[in-house]
Amino acid sequence: MSSLEITVSVNGNSYTETVEPRVTLVDFLRDKLALTGTHIGCEHGVCGACSVLLDGVPIRSCLMLAVQADGRAVTTVEGLTQEDGTPGLLQDAFRDAHAMQCGYCIPGMLIASEALLRENTDPTLDDIREAIGGNICRCTGYVQIIEAIQLAAERLREAGR
Amino acid sequence: MSSTNLRYVSRKRTVREDKRFVTGKGKFVQDVALPGTLHVAVVQSPYPKAKILSIDASEALAMEGVHAVLTGDEIAAHCDPIRFGLKLPEVKWYPLAVGQARYAGEWVCAVVADSPYIAEDAAELVDVDYEPLEPVIDPEEAFEETERLVHPGNGSNVLYHGHFHWGTVDEDFAAADETLKFRVRWGRSSTVPIETFGALARWDEGTEILDIWASIQMPNFVELLSSTLRIPLNSTRLNQDVDVGGSYGVKRGIKHAVLVGYLARKLKRPVRLIEDRLVNMTSGDAHGPDRIFDTEVAFNKDGEIRSLKIRALDDAGAYPGRAPFQLAKPISAIVGPYTINSVKYEAISVVTNKTGQVPVRGFGQSPTNYMIESAVEKVAAHLGMDRIEVRRRNLIPADAFPYQIPAGSKYDSGDYQTVLQKALDAADYDNLVKRRDAARAEGRLAGIGIATCLEPGGGNNIFEYLMNPSAEITTFSEGAELRVDPDGLITGVVGTTTSGQGHETLVATIIGEELEMDPDEIRVVHADSLNSPITRSPVASRMAIMLGSSTAAAAQKVKAKVMAIAAHNLGKAVEELEYSEGTVFERGDPANKLGWQEICFIAHKAYHKMPEGMEPGLQAQHVFQVPGGGQLPDEHQRVQIYPCFSFQAHVPYVEIDPKTGHVSVLDYVIGHDCGTQINPDIVRGMVIGGLAHGIGAALYEKFQYRPDGQFLSATFADYLMPSVYEIPMVKDVEHCTPSPLTSHGQKGSGEGGYLGAPAAIASAVNDALAPLGHCIDELPMRSHLIESLINHGNPNA
Repeated sequence: MSSLEITVSVNGNSYTETVEPRVTLVDFLRDKLALTGTHIGCEHGVCGACSVLLDGVPIRSCLMLAVQADGRAVTTVEGLTQEDGTPGLLQDAFRDAHAMQCGYCIPGMLIASEALLRENTDPTLDDIREAIGGNICRCTGYVQIIEAIQLAAERLREAGR
Repeated sequence: MSSTNLRYVSRKRTVREDKRFVTGKGKFVQDVALPGTLHVAVVQSPYPKAKILSIDASEALAMEGVHAVLTGDEIAAHCDPIRFGLKLPEVKWYPLAVGQARYAGEWVCAVVADSPYIAEDAAELVDVDYEPLEPVIDPEEAFEETERLVHPGNGSNVLYHGHFHWGTVDEDFAAADETLKFRVRWGRSSTVPIETFGALARWDEGTEILDIWASIQMPNFVELLSSTLRIPLNSTRLNQDVDVGGSYGVKRGIKHAVLVGYLARKLKRPVRLIEDRLVNMTSGDAHGPDRIFDTEVAFNKDGEIRSLKIRALDDAGAYPGRAPFQLAKPISAIVGPYTINSVKYEAISVVTNKTGQVPVRGFGQSPTNYMIESAVEKVAAHLGMDRIEVRRRNLIPADAFPYQIPAGSKYDSGDYQTVLQKALDAADYDNLVKRRDAARAEGRLAGIGIATCLEPGGGNNIFEYLMNPSAEITTFSEGAELRVDPDGLITGVVGTTTSGQGHETLVATIIGEELEMDPDEIRVVHADSLNSPITRSPVASRMAIMLGSSTAAAAQKVKAKVMAIAAHNLGKAVEELEYSEGTVFERGDPANKLGWQEICFIAHKAYHKMPEGMEPGLQAQHVFQVPGGGQLPDEHQRVQIYPCFSFQAHVPYVEIDPKTGHVSVLDYVIGHDCGTQINPDIVRGMVIGGLAHGIGAALYEKFQYRPDGQFLSATFADYLMPSVYEIPMVKDVEHCTPSPLTSHGQKGSGEGGYLGAPAAIASAVNDALAPLGHCIDELPMRSHLIESLINHGNPNA
């Protein structure tokens, strides 16, 4: 099968790679770039485990082809850490609230939460539910995830961000 | 045990596993990259039952990048059937269909290629010629059937049919004021983790070891794998340093592992099978219990429940897995938290033409709790008594422990009345009733649910013997190892994978507690199966009980050795010494002391300073035996199966939209007692998470088959799971009645929320429907059924 060359910015780094047109964005991130933090859950756009930011907007990377990301900017869970690789503010809040168990859905939850908090550092419960309403978690029952997002929002407000 | 004496146990502390998950550095099986790995796609039967006449794989094999197409006949020629614990030699379970497909979606061929993309393309080119046969789908028909047999050689569709009779049932029924009969049905659902099942195998020609990485949560996995593949057990190595992306019981991909294990050895390349969601739902053999209960209950006019006659018929699907045994675990708490005097229990497991059943959170206890709680609700409704009052009248009193139930279990400890009261208080019950009644006055359908239930934890395997007396297995032990290195740093070694339960945090916390060391400085590793302490895997709400207690005992052994070394060097008897945070000093002269570093150096390097004859080094292993285990059942089939019993009381509040039948769970309080909590955040997470599973099982989740056997719930658009919109901000009220049987008084907590929530939601929905005169006795109570019942008086209208 013929391949195409694409250039994608991922977590601030530019990658130029050749890919088959049929390769999904999530497979590209995981298999070509070894960014295995983004997880595959359902491959039909329901569970949200594969969520990434595309030009700042959360999308399902299982429903998008890598070639469609040509020339665009992707943020994955790895891009939410601080520069030295330690957890960022949102990631720390998820830890502090123990907003996870198996951890498999968490990259998608973090991406959805990041998109919310970039727009709104004082979200209501309804705002939070809307932001993560498309992400399924089977471990937590969501309560500690909501608390983590509230904690992160509070810390962002305290930091004046 | 008073938590004030504890440094780390029961304290709110960061869960150490979480850092790797939030930074995207978890290592799941799909993240394990071995050079040269080949990928498997499966060819699936389109028919629920069909004879396989021929398989033509020539076109697939001609594709570039395709390495092999494996058929059932080949695997059956080289492997044994996968064992499942019952002596039914004609029920043969292989990874691929042999001669006949037994459910729609069953794997018929495995296609191996350079990439999953190529493998899936090639799978479409395999030409299988089938002769469709008439399936049996309904479990009651399957039980009676003599012609449509799923496994003809077995002579019937029955895997197991047993009768248990504990206590004076007939006398109690004769003496009771009243009796009533009812039927409830638990629908086919499961816990459906977001990570599908995956397995990767590599055969090492040099060492002749088969390496497996798998998203597994299963006892005896390596034993089954090696025996099926006819490879010695000590040549089969499960690498357990992978994170498992959720399991809740169901990650039992033994057929997947057998398949890749066989292929890796045959092809001399690493081979990987990662289920896609379609394969996971249709044919992962990962469905849960599917059960019909016919129950008769005997009770007095004052609400005292005297006796139960229970008949449970469970649909295992085409291959049994561990399905029949999910009828046996509930024997350990067959009367729930109640003082019911006697029980008859008839348990039947049948095969049908559906994908197979695996253990699901609670191992059959959640359906049974739903049945027991339904009995209580019906007794209350029949007598016109308050539902809470009937429960209070029958709950085992706090001063009755240890309490032996008719089936033999001794419940270790509990204070059920107090936990129920705490839950009602937290729910502000009187005002909740007012709120419900106000909603009703405004024309809305509103209901309060009540359920109490038990969570047996840490059990042994003796339920297997109850169903198969040739399996004389009377323990289900768990080992832990603790190593202190020459630098004085501590490593805990566990022998299992982890799927979100926080075992590393558990072990570090308990070592820290015992040795008075900061748990954050303690490393915990998951050894592979050839290096690990004895394990029976993290199932059955058992790790806090079993791994926690073995870890504590190993730490105490290390501490005893530390004390002996210090005593020898300080010239004092151990009894004259004190231990504090690793330093040992003379009680009467604290300046006479030896520090942790010195002791560790002596243990590893300075043998001349060791007590005579002492083994060098500083390490210990302990294997914890199941408390109360080690016995065969008595002549009345009474036996202790589980040692520890946690308790919960659930109080949800729901409202139903009469136009759509949609149930909104608006509030939810759970009172919960699992003894001492090792890490409160972990316990709370599992309690609420399990409860969310229970809401799913009660209202949404069902693997639906058409009457002709075609499967209708293969996607997440068809199999509906709760999102954040369906789960309220659950309030968890904790209570602590320590277990006398474990290191720190801990009990199990991994299953509890799931064990009570379905009964509680059913209670709430039926309370909401009661003013209309309706009651639903089937889970899930999906909105279209409720709407039909409200508006047409019939759920199937």
